[in-house]
Amino acid sequence: MKGNKLFVFFVILVYVFLCGPLLIIITTAFDSGNIMSFPPKGFSLQWFSHAFHSETFMTTLGISLKVAVLATLIAMVIGIPAAYALSRNNFRGKATMQSIFLSPIIVPGVVLGFAFFRFLTLKLQLDVFTSLLIGHVIIVIPYIIRVVGSSLENLDFSIEDAAMSLGATKLKTFFLVILPNVTSGVIAAFMLAFINSFNNVPVSLFLTGPGVSTLPISMLSYVEYNYDPTISALSVILMVMTVLIMFIVEKTLGISNFAK
Amino acid sequence: MALINLKDITVSYDGKSDILKKLNLDIEKGQFVSLLGPSGCGKTTTLRVIAGFIETKAGDFIFDGNNYTKVAVHKRNFGLVFQSYALFPHMSVFDNVAFGLKMRKTTKEELRKAVEAILEVVDLKAFSKRYPKELSGGQRQRVALARALVIKPDLLLLDEPLSNLDAKLRLKMRVEIKKLQQKLGITTLFVTHDQEECFSISDKVAVMNKGVVEQYDSPETIYSHPKTEFVARFIGFENFITLKKAENGRFLTDDGISLHISEDQNFADMEAVSYGTIRPDDIELLSAETSQTSNVIEGNIEIRTFVGKDYQYSVDTKLGSMLVNSSKDQIYHQGDRVKLHLPSNKLIIIKKTKEE
Repeated sequence: MKGNKLFVFFVILVYVFLCGPLLIIITTAFDSGNIMSFPPKGFSLQWFSHAFHSETFMTTLGISLKVAVLATLIAMVIGIPAAYALSRNNFRGKATMQSIFLSPIIVPGVVLGFAFFRFLTLKLQLDVFTSLLIGHVIIVIPYIIRVVGSSLENLDFSIEDAAMSLGATKLKTFFLVILPNVTSGVIAAFMLAFINSFNNVPVSLFLTGPGVSTLPISMLSYVEYNYDPTISALSVILMVMTVLIMFIVEKTLGISNFAK
Repeated sequence: MALINLKDITVSYDGKSDILKKLNLDIEKGQFVSLLGPSGCGKTTTLRVIAGFIETKAGDFIFDGNNYTKVAVHKRNFGLVFQSYALFPHMSVFDNVAFGLKMRKTTKEELRKAVEAILEVVDLKAFSKRYPKELSGGQRQRVALARALVIKPDLLLLDEPLSNLDAKLRLKMRVEIKKLQQKLGITTLFVTHDQEECFSISDKVAVMNKGVVEQYDSPETIYSHPKTEFVARFIGFENFITLKKAENGRFLTDDGISLHISEDQNFADMEAVSYGTIRPDDIELLSAETSQTSNVIEGNIEIRTFVGKDYQYSVDTKLGSMLVNSSKDQIYHQGDRVKLHLPSNKLIIIKKTKEE
């Protein structure tokens, strides 16, 4: 019984630390005061309206969405065939290839960001948006490969032999038989990659520049000089958005099946 | 000329050890041929070479006079049925069967007619809108068969298609497959490890071992006259005797017992020292008092086991332990003196398979 009480205590503690900050953000978002404070002084939606009317936030939101969608799509074009090759074939150096493809998750974001900055921005002199896009493609590729890969792992590849024996070329087989059977994995991979790109700070921090910034970065610089609850309102919007996407994915596809 | 001609086919997966070693096989048009052998003998590899999934290291695959060795899988027009059926999970029965015709750009009307006709043949017309996961094993099997047949293949390849079915259904399906094959007159290659299954439906059987065909004959010939020790053991011969060739179709055992063997066997290409074999069913178990002397050896009953139709006795003789099946009419007991008659037409000379 005593052990049980201790257990309950820790569970409560975890919840407090997990949800506490979020609760504070949510309550401050609806505050009527000009400075972020807790407990809130009154109820108002002015900070939401302020967030939506801020040109910086709206532009950077646009850039964030654009980068996230483009990066995810490009990563899928590279990642899905890579996942297919990795799960379908056994070749020398397969394990090494797998590790390289997954390394962007393992290498600290700051290190990656700095490396991209040195290489893409300074060495290759690419424009800000292009290097930002390339950086994001690389950080989301592992999610695509991981998620699509595990759904390919569960596929009986004899259907591929069957399709070819019936007259389909390799390419047709891939699009008509393989891909339709991993759609749920592909959608789940898209969502995960999208969220990861959209929320990314460490890599974006290095790659954003004059005129081109992502939403999380502009939020970061906003809080450096402002103390009003606009950020809370924005955070609530982002939270709701992320939760909504994850909820849809979980309900329709069951993300736990893919993110093993 | 044979429709299919496999010439010295060699296949290696790792570049070192060969899975198929200079395999040769001819298949006549319209025949039902089986590849029989234990797992790892290369039978599925052979089928996959013919289907085009495996590249050969050496050798040629000639189909209808054309060299098919390098022809891509999708251009071969061979129908395949897999052990796992390999139905497309995201397509209905109709679409599964129609897939091959769609690849051939058949017109919509023709496609519908052809698919409906073949579904009628396999008795699945009512199921055309179902999905594979809504079907039973036997139904999936028939869809796989219909899908392979609807393209009017030049060759039908069956890779252990019955092994996932229960015993009763397996019997039924094998009759259906044979019926279909005869009706359509389609050349068929069937891979199996089940000798009863393959003997029952094949025109010819190729028994495979370690990447080569050990014997290629009609099921009857293989059953009664295996050529090698491996084949004999695989199809149920249990008793093996080392024999030396003597005069007039007589052979001597190591102990000098003289045995007569019918001359209808070809002794010409056999070596001086050889191997004789006989099925437990073919040995006659006689009482010790019998007056018969030709091809008779003495022994003691070691053990008696019940094998359903008969009793099986292990008899200790000068030639070693012999397994004999004998009817229930005359029961012998452990330690009884008996005589064994090895009929001269049932004793088969075989080539000893070298141990590697």
